[in-house]
Amino acid sequence: MSVLSIKDVSKIFPNGNVRAVDSFSLDVADGELVCLLGPSGSGKSTLLRMVGGFETPTSGVMTIDGEDITRLPPEKRPTGMVFQSHALWTHMNVFKNLAFGLKLRKVSPDEIKRRVEGVLELVGLGGYGTRGVGQLSGGQQQRVALARSLVLEPKILLLDEPFASLDQHLRERLREEVRDIQQRLKITTLFVTHGQDEALSMADRIVVMRDGRTEQIDRPDVVYREPQTPFVAGFIGTMNLVEGTVSNGIFSRAGYSTPLPVSDGPATLAIRPEALDLAAAEDGGQGKVHRVTDYGTHGLVDLDLRDNTRIKAMVSHPDLFKAGQGVTLKPRAIAAYRDNALIHRA
Amino acid sequence: MAATLTHRKIDWTGIAFAVVLTLIIVFPLLVVGTWAFTNVWRYPSVIPQEFGLRFWEQTLARADVWSSITMSLTLAFTVTALSAAICLPAAYAFARLDFPGRNLLFFSFLAGHAFPKFGLLVAIAGIFLQLNLIGTFWGVVLIQLVGTLLFMIWIPVAAFQSVDRRMEEAARDVGASPLRVFWSITLPQAGPTIAAAILLSFVGTFYETEGAWLIGAPQVRTLPVLMISFINNQPVIQYGAVLSVLLWVPSFIALLFARRVVNSGSFARGFGG
Ligand SMILES: Nc1ncnc2c1ncn2[C@@H]1O[C@H](COP(=O)(O)OP(=O)(O)OP(=O)(O)O)[C@@H](O)[C@H]1O
Ligand SMILES: [Mg+2]
Repeated sequence: MSVLSIKDVSKIFPNGNVRAVDSFSLDVADGELVCLLGPSGSGKSTLLRMVGGFETPTSGVMTIDGEDITRLPPEKRPTGMVFQSHALWTHMNVFKNLAFGLKLRKVSPDEIKRRVEGVLELVGLGGYGTRGVGQLSGGQQQRVALARSLVLEPKILLLDEPFASLDQHLRERLREEVRDIQQRLKITTLFVTHGQDEALSMADRIVVMRDGRTEQIDRPDVVYREPQTPFVAGFIGTMNLVEGTVSNGIFSRAGYSTPLPVSDGPATLAIRPEALDLAAAEDGGQGKVHRVTDYGTHGLVDLDLRDNTRIKAMVSHPDLFKAGQGVTLKPRAIAAYRDNALIHRA
Repeated sequence: MAATLTHRKIDWTGIAFAVVLTLIIVFPLLVVGTWAFTNVWRYPSVIPQEFGLRFWEQTLARADVWSSITMSLTLAFTVTALSAAICLPAAYAFARLDFPGRNLLFFSFLAGHAFPKFGLLVAIAGIFLQLNLIGTFWGVVLIQLVGTLLFMIWIPVAAFQSVDRRMEEAARDVGASPLRVFWSITLPQAGPTIAAAILLSFVGTFYETEGAWLIGAPQVRTLPVLMISFINNQPVIQYGAVLSVLLWVPSFIALLFARRVVNSGSFARGFGG
């Protein structure tokens, strides 16, 4: 049974007539971590803030454990939010930040002390209770913010790009820590990010959003291998998207053609760089190598079709290719889209 | 070594400024301060012939001095407390809520200070006369309250606006009601700046003379009003000087507080610094 259920939720901000969230539906299972992934302005934060109670949906219904929470204020919801800018209360020390919510719940002082110390231990900050917020590093502040939500044992944990302000290295470490804690506590989590590697490495399921709508909801590996729309294909990982026409079962674009068993008409061909083999061609070939980059473990070849459409291919022996050389393309796996939908995969 | 020495050039313009400023500010204070502790000082001597506390004794022995001190303190406390009770919630509303006529109302608080004050006071006095408020305590409270609106709205609005919205939302998130958020998060965050505003309005009210004189005289006599009448009616300079020194006390206390507030750094933040 799903813990959180979002049904047909829309949000139109009174100023400006954008549909920040547009007829969005999602069911999140108990203990599941769902990532909301999408470009800037796609409505991820707005959706998360509606679940937390900080925005009111224009229409639609949200339930937690079957109970309608659509109109409840934040303080009445069993949700816990971690903000991008830690939003810790700078006039209180770490202990007081964590104890505030417990005090409001009239928990006894002994119990507060026990629970705060327990959760500080959990986020790796045992003994930091008396520190001021300003005396912590960025990563530590984000951990305290996480602990502040966790200590109240919310039914649903909401995280809005919690690591966005941290450096790459720290981000990766915290990502793992949060995933560990989330799995240990089996806490149902909604996680907003616009970093695809964050989503791919953490999520049980990914919701790819665009202009307030869902493009695809699937497990990370499925989203990566079987993107349902060209937008998802282009947004997750690197993807060559080549627009062209199909006639008599042959897709063609500027001297490049490949069999594509679909009806005649326009089509967008999608090929991952790692699924594209190249062969040297004597007679000019289908494309010309523009640049070869050697990464040690593999190489990346940038090549241009005859109309200068840029295509990337990953090769294991970059020294076999050099700039200006003609090549033929031998894709091992392709997908094709028409009218924003998948029409063929092989 | 030589390089560092030549680089440490003396900033003569800076020093000149400092000296001139010091003279302009400190010299009159010095003269008044000296007069207050002088028993005899006749022309052309540069320093008084006889120092002493004779005029302090005489001044402090007067009943009207004590009653005016009490009056000034009572007025300043009443006005500041009322002003805080009215203005702080209003400032919060201005900072956080959007309602029709918000900007117009906001600028109307400024309007009172945009025109020559005395003319405005005379007009208000006319109205107060009809309301039988002339010469009453509450009449003076009312007129001085108007004078504090600028500080007590403008500064706290800036302070509230600088409080991170996410902090308030985080407090709602852990279960605090809007009122509790205001009390436990917003107010402490904006605290130092608001304390400065309250201090300013207290000191400003304590020194306020025109309104107190125009509306309050002769029944309500504050310390500054009394000082003016001393200076106007008494040939003895020392009376005025002693009262003047007495009037410095709230300023000094205010300065001490202000130092702590300004040092805490959140004061500048309140102004968006
Ligand atoms: N308070 C608001 N008033 C008006 N429009 C808003 C408001 N908040 C968000 N929007 C608009 O709603 C849309 C979605 O914004 P949202 O913040 O949800 O995007 P996002 O996916 O979180 O983007 P980012 O990755 O940049 O954080 C945007 O077009 C934004 O301009
Ligand atoms: Mg966002």
